[in-house]
Amino acid sequence: MRLNYPPNVKIIQVPCSGRVDIIHLLRAIEDGADGVYVAGCLEGECHFMTGNLKAKKRVQYVKKVLEQIGIEPDRVEMFNLSSGEGPRFAEIAREMVERIKNLGPSPIKLKKAA
Amino acid sequence: MIVADRKPLNEILEMVKDYKKILLVGCKGCVTVCNVGGAKEVGILGSILRIARAKEGNPLEVDEKTLERQCDPEYVSQIKDLVDDYDAIVSMACGVGPQFLSERYPHKKVYPAVNTTFFGGAVQHGVWAERCAGCGTCIIHYFDGLCPIARCSKSLLNGPCGGSAGGKCEVSKDIECIWDMIVRKKMEQGRLQDLLEIKPPKDWTTARDGGPRKSVREELII
Repeated sequence: MRLNYPPNVKIIQVPCSGRVDIIHLLRAIEDGADGVYVAGCLEGECHFMTGNLKAKKRVQYVKKVLEQIGIEPDRVEMFNLSSGEGPRFAEIAREMVERIKNLGPSPIKLKKAA
Repeated sequence: MIVADRKPLNEILEMVKDYKKILLVGCKGCVTVCNVGGAKEVGILGSILRIARAKEGNPLEVDEKTLERQCDPEYVSQIKDLVDDYDAIVSMACGVGPQFLSERYPHKKVYPAVNTTFFGGAVQHGVWAERCAGCGTCIIHYFDGLCPIARCSKSLLNGPCGGSAGGKCEVSKDIECIWDMIVRKKMEQGRLQDLLEIKPPKDWTTARDGGPRKSVREELII
């Protein structure tokens, strides 16, 4: 399809979104990522039954943690789409990049650079 | 197992606010099983603390170590060469851990990162419930496997009380009336007459009322 999406999205492939753990999302933030999102399959369509539902709960946990320590929870998000939805994948990437641009750079990265 | 909950983040951050480098120590015993203080949770808390402090522009160095158990001196001693490199130690074990660490390393300040809550088990994935009160004299067999000491809000030996309604305890709708369950089980098993026997007051000296407890097993002492 040769769809374009923002080049600043770094993709990390996992066998199922259920493989994504709390620590993976936190490490991304800790290492200075401005935002991190999980692109899982549509709810109810997980090959492993509940992988995407588990990922959703972990994303919610990290959002809550970030809120508690004064970082915008919107920097972390869960999206659901099927593997056949290439255009939606690009749209989500643009949507997330736009959201993060509005929030500005990660406060961790800013303090580290200072 | 001993069940615990992680302390609120602001409480932990307050504990370590004056430090630059801490050792976060987990335990592979009960707190690993109840997903509160094992290697995984140590990694998560370590990362959260580093993020929170980096955001404030006051970075905190957190090194992570998970011991086999924190309730045995030989495992606690395994960090003896490390502790002097840190401003403080934060333990993610049950209340036993910080005390064993403090006893072994009296010159170090040790903080608990979890609240130890009860002896219980996992009733479903992610949900733990109290099952034992550690009263020192087990009487579960009188009540067909249902302990009224741990599971009745009043620890009644002759129940239920007037606060039992619809199988729930008056203390909270989330608490099942264990006496309702005991009576139902006795009825199902045709042994309701067991309850005609009045249980005399329990000897609480084997519980906490007798002061701190100790178990001595001569055959094991080296």
